[in-house]
Amino acid sequence: MGITSKPVVFAVLAAVVILIGTTVTVFIPLFMPSTQPVSAYIKPYTAVEQEGRDIYMREGCNNCHTQTVRPLRTEVLRYGEYSKPEEFAYDRPFLWGSRRTGPDLNRVGGKYPDSWHYKHLDSPQSMFEKSNMPPYGWLAKNRLDTQYSFKKTSTLGYGYSENDVQQQIAQYRGTVTDERYPSKESRNNVTPTELRKEITEMDALIAYLQKLGRDVKKMEATK
Amino acid sequence: MSETSTEQYNFTIVRGFAFSALFWLVIGLIVGLWIAFEMFNPALNLTPWLSFGRLRVVHTNGLGLGFGLAAIFSVSYYILQRLTRIPILFPRLAQVHLYLFNTVIALGALSLFAGMNTTKEYAELEWPLDIGVVVLWVMFAINVFGTLIKRKEKQMYISLWYIISMTVAIAILYIVNNLAIPVTLFKSYSVYAGANDANVEWWYGHNVVGFIFTVPILAMFYYFLPKSTGLPIYSHRLSIVSFWALNFAYLWTGAHHLMLTPLPEWIQTVAIAFSIFLIAPSWGSVVNGYYTLQGNWDQMRSNYLVKFFIAGITFYGLQTLQGPLQGLRTLNAFFHYTDWVVGHVHMGTMGWVTMIISASFYYMIPRITDNELYSVKLANTHFWLILVGQFTWTITMWIAGIQQGAMWKATNPDGSLMYNFLDTVTSLYPYYKLRFAAGVIYFVGILVFVWNLIMTVRKQPSQAVA
Repeated sequence: MGITSKPVVFAVLAAVVILIGTTVTVFIPLFMPSTQPVSAYIKPYTAVEQEGRDIYMREGCNNCHTQTVRPLRTEVLRYGEYSKPEEFAYDRPFLWGSRRTGPDLNRVGGKYPDSWHYKHLDSPQSMFEKSNMPPYGWLAKNRLDTQYSFKKTSTLGYGYSENDVQQQIAQYRGTVTDERYPSKESRNNVTPTELRKEITEMDALIAYLQKLGRDVKKMEATK
Repeated sequence: MSETSTEQYNFTIVRGFAFSALFWLVIGLIVGLWIAFEMFNPALNLTPWLSFGRLRVVHTNGLGLGFGLAAIFSVSYYILQRLTRIPILFPRLAQVHLYLFNTVIALGALSLFAGMNTTKEYAELEWPLDIGVVVLWVMFAINVFGTLIKRKEKQMYISLWYIISMTVAIAILYIVNNLAIPVTLFKSYSVYAGANDANVEWWYGHNVVGFIFTVPILAMFYYFLPKSTGLPIYSHRLSIVSFWALNFAYLWTGAHHLMLTPLPEWIQTVAIAFSIFLIAPSWGSVVNGYYTLQGNWDQMRSNYLVKFFIAGITFYGLQTLQGPLQGLRTLNAFFHYTDWVVGHVHMGTMGWVTMIISASFYYMIPRITDNELYSVKLANTHFWLILVGQFTWTITMWIAGIQQGAMWKATNPDGSLMYNFLDTVTSLYPYYKLRFAAGVIYFVGILVFVWNLIMTVRKQPSQAVA
């Protein structure tokens, strides 16, 4: 047997064999626009939503929550319209998940008011006694760190200027600290007094959750 | 044969990696038990560091990269020296490899506890640690190829083929999937977006299982089964065909993890076809293992190592049948996202991988320390505890998966959903409690294993035979 006495040739041949399937199913699709189509209806995340997404990643929410509704009857009944590829054009990384210990979140945006999320994140068990979700009340006790917000959105290519990012942050701070904010009471219940005029990590996470599936509804409405 | 005596081989490195593996095994299992408890009682989510979302990643990385890789490095360094009949070419480099490995795994665990998590499954480490992993992989590869090139034995045995293909494949997989743009030292974003990122990730995720939890474990199986039974592998030709077919087919199948997602349908369908094909080379090794023992099945009773190998290869056979079937669209629609898949993974890791590594260590450690195994009786206890623990564990999760899958799909006569989501979760708590108990049994088995090996190396070396 020739190659079993030639380690380098053997390794090269193994690499070639390994790269065939890789090229066809992974490398070539990377260059096909149809793999990840884009739509003008799907907007990138705002700086605050992106910070919320980073907190979602930091806490490993993806280990229990999926973000893909499959085109199955009972799944569409439970969560809403099935997921479309266009929705994920700005997702670096993707957060589809692999185990649904908690419900899918791809259509959670707009499903509940912010107040619901403040209460639920603070203590899932106060709303659903037997839930096994960890409580995340401490997120409301952390001030959101925005020092890298511009660097993050520019790395991700969202096309915001530094000014845009500051405006987005100021705007969201305005929303959640407004006296007329509909979820003011629930927010105050979980947020310490000294942070009530600031954006907390929980505020940002909720901004992200409310964005999920929001734009695709407009896209679907035009079809 | 006489010119290379055992003394010339570098066994320090083999031993260093073996005990690193045992250390990470115990840590990883403790974390596993902790999160198994959290699944039915969230009170254990005491601090951010101990919350399920962070700990699950410590568990998978601690066992996959910590235990799995350390065991593979240990056995690879052993097999490499025996099959080339020369000592490892760069012993100092191997020593640095060992220190760097444990540093990266320890920092990896800490960073994951702290929430530095890229969220790409089994590739969660942030970019500075990724670079550490690449460096230690290159160190390993230099020793593998250096030693192979200088070898004294002309033909490379099957086990070496598998070590070569692992070395090549993991390098490609790890680098391609982890390409990211750093924002800070602790944060980066994947270069791929959406469906492409998913496709790259599961090409990696599936093949990292293939080339860490299959390929090198087969290398151990092909080496230690004949060694511990005194029987040659049944068919050399079958092992050649299996090897190349497995290496070719594995890389096409990642998308069966993405069934019915927005990934283009053709990629999913190609993955299904190759997954079914993959049964053939997988069973090639299973059949080769079984037939090696033909006429000598009494060794199942008389030789404790054979029990581990045959149970292990049987779980590999079940695993490689179950996997492709789960990949079929209709079955996947039912089973995916449930605990069925969790059961599937753990049959592979707790059954196949751990059993083969256990037997390999039982064979190897006494020989490199010039000792007898401390206790064969304890090894048998270890076998039965992990067998019962693993079987109870996986069967419980399969049933839980079937139940939740059925509840998700159940509708009332008017077409509305029969169960809200929380009902489908709380109905699993009895299974989660049983799973935790099974995990404890398994863990006790592993403690017996670790104890047995510690006592083996602590014994005074037996007087050298003249």
